[in-house]
Amino acid sequence: MPLVDNADDPKSATSAAIDAETGRAYWRKTSNLMWVVLAMWAFAGFGVHFFAGALNKIVVMGFPLGFYMAAQGSLIIFVVGLFWFAKRQNEIDEEFGVQED
Amino acid sequence: MAASGEKDPFIASLGRIYAGYTGGFVVFVILLAILEQMGVPDRIIGYLFVFLTIGVYAYIGIISRTAAVAEYYVAGRRVPALYNGMATGSDWMSAASFIGMAGSLYALGYGGLAFILGWTGGYMLVAILLAPYLRKFGQYTVPDFLGARFGGNMARSIGVIVLLTSSFVYVVAQIVGVGIITQRFLDVSFGVAVFVGLAGILVCSMLGGMRAVTWTQVAQYIILIIAYLIPAILMSAKITGVPIPQLMYGVALEKITVLEQGFRAAGMTPPPGVTGFHAAPFLGANGQFSGSAAFNFFALVFCLMVGTAALPHILMRYFTTPSVREARQSVAWSLFFIFLLYFTAPAYAAFGKLEIYQTVIGQPIANLPEWIKNWQLMSPYGVNWINIVDVNKDGIVQWGDFRIHPDVVVLATPEIAGMPYVIAGLVAAGGLAAALSTADGLLLALANALSHDVYYKMIDRNAPTAKRLVISRVLLVFVAVLAAWTAGNAGADILFLVAWAFSIAAAGLFAALVMGVWYKKTTDAAACWGMGVGYAFTFIYLLWTEFAGLDFVELFGSKDAIVNAAKQTVGLAKVDPELKAYAQKIVDNAASVKDGALSWFGSLFFTTDTVVLRGRTVARLWTLNNISGGIIGVPLSFLTIYVVSMFTRAPSEAMMNFIDDIRVPRGGVRLVDQKEAVE
Repeated sequence: MPLVDNADDPKSATSAAIDAETGRAYWRKTSNLMWVVLAMWAFAGFGVHFFAGALNKIVVMGFPLGFYMAAQGSLIIFVVGLFWFAKRQNEIDEEFGVQED
Repeated sequence: MAASGEKDPFIASLGRIYAGYTGGFVVFVILLAILEQMGVPDRIIGYLFVFLTIGVYAYIGIISRTAAVAEYYVAGRRVPALYNGMATGSDWMSAASFIGMAGSLYALGYGGLAFILGWTGGYMLVAILLAPYLRKFGQYTVPDFLGARFGGNMARSIGVIVLLTSSFVYVVAQIVGVGIITQRFLDVSFGVAVFVGLAGILVCSMLGGMRAVTWTQVAQYIILIIAYLIPAILMSAKITGVPIPQLMYGVALEKITVLEQGFRAAGMTPPPGVTGFHAAPFLGANGQFSGSAAFNFFALVFCLMVGTAALPHILMRYFTTPSVREARQSVAWSLFFIFLLYFTAPAYAAFGKLEIYQTVIGQPIANLPEWIKNWQLMSPYGVNWINIVDVNKDGIVQWGDFRIHPDVVVLATPEIAGMPYVIAGLVAAGGLAAALSTADGLLLALANALSHDVYYKMIDRNAPTAKRLVISRVLLVFVAVLAAWTAGNAGADILFLVAWAFSIAAAGLFAALVMGVWYKKTTDAAACWGMGVGYAFTFIYLLWTEFAGLDFVELFGSKDAIVNAAKQTVGLAKVDPELKAYAQKIVDNAASVKDGALSWFGSLFFTTDTVVLRGRTVARLWTLNNISGGIIGVPLSFLTIYVVSMFTRAPSEAMMNFIDDIRVPRGGVRLVDQKEAVE
């Protein structure tokens, strides 16, 4: 696969990988996934910690829950969320046939 | 290109190579442990650790030398997701993460978790907003993308300026870190130590560029994670009987809370800079909930996250994967490998604190444990690593008498847990790996910006390959020597600048990169203005609040804040006599001082005040520490791009095609301007 197509060359300039309609549908679905993951990010990065004081009243194995969320809980959400994102986005790629060869 | 990666014998045997390497390292540590038991002096053990690990990195660096441009800049784009994740992990985790983080958590308790959250959550932004698209674009540097998307040299130059500013202060701090560790374990002066470290950094990166740095960073990650986990596991086993520190430090947190209550009941106060409520969030100095503390916490989390997603030495790592798909997976692996260290750091802090509270506080000073005495020596920061200040002269270590430098928490854990010296050597090797790997990545980002973006793209478009690589290497050495010189001369005084790198990169680059992919109507002029405004605003704000706090508060503060700032300035130990006289005049005429001209703006949220930090009167707009300066710069940059885009001519049809292409994994990229193509 060439890294760069030549834009001056009319042949390649019209040979986009997919047609415009599929492209728009693909991007809509990709954007939706982006917003879902961004919401996860906002929740785990910020939202849940607004309640750190209240959560701290719950203690599990010595961990006050508010402290635990900032020290480990949110991090686990980030890691699992990213693996899920990578998998989900691959499925979307394949659904629209835009995955790499 | 992607297909050939699978058949590549080198890539196929990576698992075997690094498994063998890990096994070899473990055997090496066991051998040193045996040598230690046979009576080989500690100093020799320290030497062996430092020189043998640097030797291995140098060996990898030398066998990975290359004369191909794509190998030099993007490791031939064949680094599998997992290994790129490891390389990014060690690229990311610096001396500050390895040595400093646990100490910050020790001091700040819950407040320190802002660093844990901020330095991990940013990877979500990298994965969903940037990495796959930058990989699809598929050139060599972050300014390459800015140049191609936003019409050439203007955008490219601004990108290069932001990159140079943020990466340079960062790399200087890494070299200081290398210097501190080398100094302690080789017993040489700081100036010499810096240059020994520099040699270690250069042998990794000079001959092989990105290819050498990648495979060295994987090796460094393995050493740093082993070195970080083993002492924590041993400490956990010692204190709780279970060798899983990440699960067991809850027990320590519980005991710390009880001990803190006991200390308070006995009328004691914590030492300066250390929280008296380890697990409680958002407290002011009085132990009550503070809105300002919460505001600072979330602002810091935000700036560190967005900064992570804008630092070029991290983003450029995702140019090296074989495909877009692997770029996404690679971000997830990166975060996983970073997570392994970051979710262990609070355990270090808790176990260290518990041990100190149980066995040191309340003891007679004459009767302290041996490890404390070993650390009562001068640090490069100008105070003892551990400093016992007997405030009420009763010969007993009170809560507030025990002053510990944050770096000691990790470095002294082996001794606290009564482990042999070989473990201390292992920690040093880990810290060194962390500092070297980050320095390598940063130096490469700096040198590539100068050689590829400035020299090749803007000065000599026709330079032959051989000449370009020579220029790259010369610039790499030049930047490295300049950084080492700065580190040797300004040293620890400039470490606080690292925190600025995040805000500067965030405000300068993040909005333009994200809008470039996600908002098609972003115009060339808008992106240039957005980057320029975000960068200039944040940088000026940081300099102004840090070095002219009194002046800042005179504009944004109330009359009380101004008088208070003047009093703080008069009370500083070292202050310019002219400024002192000026501040004295304000204090003397306190009654006639008026509110600053923009004090309405300064009191939109909370107030504008000043605090004495680093021997200066530092201003805080809305009580926000200037480490979080990006909280204003980032939205301002987005807003500028959006508004200017509405008033400038929409991007061309060809540009729309270009954006369509980078959004889709399959196919090539139709560049608007062929001059922007690499090679």
